[in-house]
Amino acid sequence: MEMSNAETSSVSHSAAHRTVVSKPKSGDTEIRGAEVLIRALQAENVKFVWGYPGGAVLHIYDALFKQDSIQHILVRHEQAAVHAADGYARATGDVGVALVTSGPGVTNAVTGIATAFMDSIPMVIISGQVPTPAIGMDAFQECDAVGITRPVVKHNFLVKDAHDLCDTIKKAFHIARSGRPGPVVIDIPKDVSFKKVPFQGYPQHIEMRSYNPVRKGHGGQIRKALQLLLAAKRPYIYTGGGVLLSNASNELRQLVDMLGYPVTHTLMGLGAYPASDRKFLGMLGMHGTLEANNAMQNCDVLLAVGARFDDRVIGNPKHFAQNERKIIHVDIDPSSISKRVRVDIPIVGDVKDVLTELIAMIKESAVKPDAAVLANWWSTIDGWRSRDCLKYDHGAGDVIKPQAVVETLWNMTKNDDVYITSDVGQHQMWAAQYYRFDQPRRWINSGGLGTMGVGIPYAMGIKLAKPESEVFCITGEGSVQMCIQELSTCLQYKTPIKIVSLNNRYLGMVRQWQEVEYEGRYSSSYMDALPNFVKLAEAYGHVGMLIERAQDVEPALREARKLKDRTVFMDFRTDPTENVFPMVRAGSGITEMLLSSEDL
Amino acid sequence: MKHIIAVLLENEAGALSRVVGLFSARGYNIESLTVAPTEDPSLSRMTIQTTGSDEVIEQITKHLNRLIEVVKVVDLTEGAYTERELMMVKVRAVGKEREEMKRMADIFRGRIIDVTEKSYTIELTGDQSKNDAFLSAIENGAILETVRTGASGIGRGERILRV
Repeated sequence: MEMSNAETSSVSHSAAHRTVVSKPKSGDTEIRGAEVLIRALQAENVKFVWGYPGGAVLHIYDALFKQDSIQHILVRHEQAAVHAADGYARATGDVGVALVTSGPGVTNAVTGIATAFMDSIPMVIISGQVPTPAIGMDAFQECDAVGITRPVVKHNFLVKDAHDLCDTIKKAFHIARSGRPGPVVIDIPKDVSFKKVPFQGYPQHIEMRSYNPVRKGHGGQIRKALQLLLAAKRPYIYTGGGVLLSNASNELRQLVDMLGYPVTHTLMGLGAYPASDRKFLGMLGMHGTLEANNAMQNCDVLLAVGARFDDRVIGNPKHFAQNERKIIHVDIDPSSISKRVRVDIPIVGDVKDVLTELIAMIKESAVKPDAAVLANWWSTIDGWRSRDCLKYDHGAGDVIKPQAVVETLWNMTKNDDVYITSDVGQHQMWAAQYYRFDQPRRWINSGGLGTMGVGIPYAMGIKLAKPESEVFCITGEGSVQMCIQELSTCLQYKTPIKIVSLNNRYLGMVRQWQEVEYEGRYSSSYMDALPNFVKLAEAYGHVGMLIERAQDVEPALREARKLKDRTVFMDFRTDPTENVFPMVRAGSGITEMLLSSEDL
Repeated sequence: MKHIIAVLLENEAGALSRVVGLFSARGYNIESLTVAPTEDPSLSRMTIQTTGSDEVIEQITKHLNRLIEVVKVVDLTEGAYTERELMMVKVRAVGKEREEMKRMADIFRGRIIDVTEKSYTIELTGDQSKNDAFLSAIENGAILETVRTGASGIGRGERILRV
């Protein structure tokens, strides 16, 4: 946001004088709050901060200017600052950091914060605030940042005294990354960032009597879970984003391979188990595979790991409850357990710790899964699988099928060091269905909040952290326009990304619902007056490509990949009426699937 | 079913609004909520009276525990507990009503704490059903004003909630 007026800084000076300054002990250095912040970020090993300056954070920006261990990335809109830091956190597992000014700076950041919150992403967002004496005075660019972000953060702080700054930052990082991770906002008034306080180093540890997340699962519960799992006739392992957040992919792979049980992932969990392995039944849920959903409905023992049975996964809960099954639920957040579905064996703990213990118990166990019973279950699953529910009509002539674009990209890059981001809508589902993720943290998208516009900022956040990797953003012409301004940031910071836009001239998922649920009344779902994306990309200093024929898809992707140092915007004109199948209609059970347009 | 949940939380600015925000955001009921610092001024003790199915109450306690500033949560209604609420009722007291109101206050072990020519203010302490009973026992038209603190609860005997 723009700079605030000069008056605010004079207020902060007088405020500093009104506060009693404690004399530093000999040997202490006195530094400004803004410098305390920088030193704390350095101590937290923060390499990148995405942000946008403004009046309330000028002291902080000045302190950033005077150092060079932290790189600041100037975005074009605060929402993208948070998304970029969020994307970085998703890909690396580190805490993502964003910096915004007061008022509109923080309101613009709210969408990004809520996005990270819904997917439990560790983040620290620093917002400037008007000087403490001006708080509550409806000051210029004042906004109750703590109040407006409260429902969408794991925790937030307003730092009213510069002496508290250091400990507060330590707490914020600790809270953000431990337990069930999440975004933490630190709101820093301008006089606090200006005030000089003694600095005695960044604390190594912080104790909070009110916050002690468990890591280790209850041994007795894990043992009970094991007995249930080994006696199962139709076992199923259903995992979500928690496996990735806990960096427990290796443990999951080991578990699945030891047991030989089928496994499925939520949208957020893709990549935890290799999608190319036959034990993986594909994603489940509203646009999951037939075999994944049927197994969910028909299993007799379900091991749910780091997943939360949300409405897109289990469909109609009454329908889900029609079949009896025992449910074991491993989650670090007790409030996720028995929230939507009653659980028989709850195990509260960190996924990695719990799976490690479970694996150790399996190794010791004399009982093994009954191979004959399991073979029976697999033959049922293979029966569902033989329907090949993801097959699609490749169309005739020049028409580009969106699924084919994703499949082509996958075939071309499956052995390479690639990250895929997406936005929200049909393209997101096609990416999830047809790009088969074999590695964790390679599929970066907004699952819980479903935020259009995350694709480009996610990609640029990842590219900065992983300059050697290729980063593709699979998007649509609707979503991509929600943060299109970040093409400018990509140029400034030389983060070349490859944008695969599946342009069907519709807000495709809205159009699909209108076709299925509203008798084809396409209310405001047609994208008229689209920009010339090739020229748009060029105007931002990048390369634009228009791809209109099926036979040009692969050559275009190859050409774009060759332009290693350039951001390339590929405008694929895809079949405008293609729908995402399978589909579970709202209110239906997860096995009541539409498999193709013939089922409509 | 009625539940009384006791919460120990950090006595910090904003902690109360997190609790209230949780209830409104997730659609839980609050029948009453009382809060004040404990003998340790860094801690506040809150009593929340709420209603809901067992599943809802389980979620409420879990979500309260999830709040960073919450130190401990106990559903008092799971065991033996004592509940008290302070109520002050200003009633019309004219003519023969004066004697009647005095007698009602005595029956309910209330105290008259303010007197004018036309009114009494009666203080009552008890569980909520007692206070409800008092209000229904006196003629509705005689009630000029009512203020209730909401329930405060404490476990019986060895049930102790502290850090």
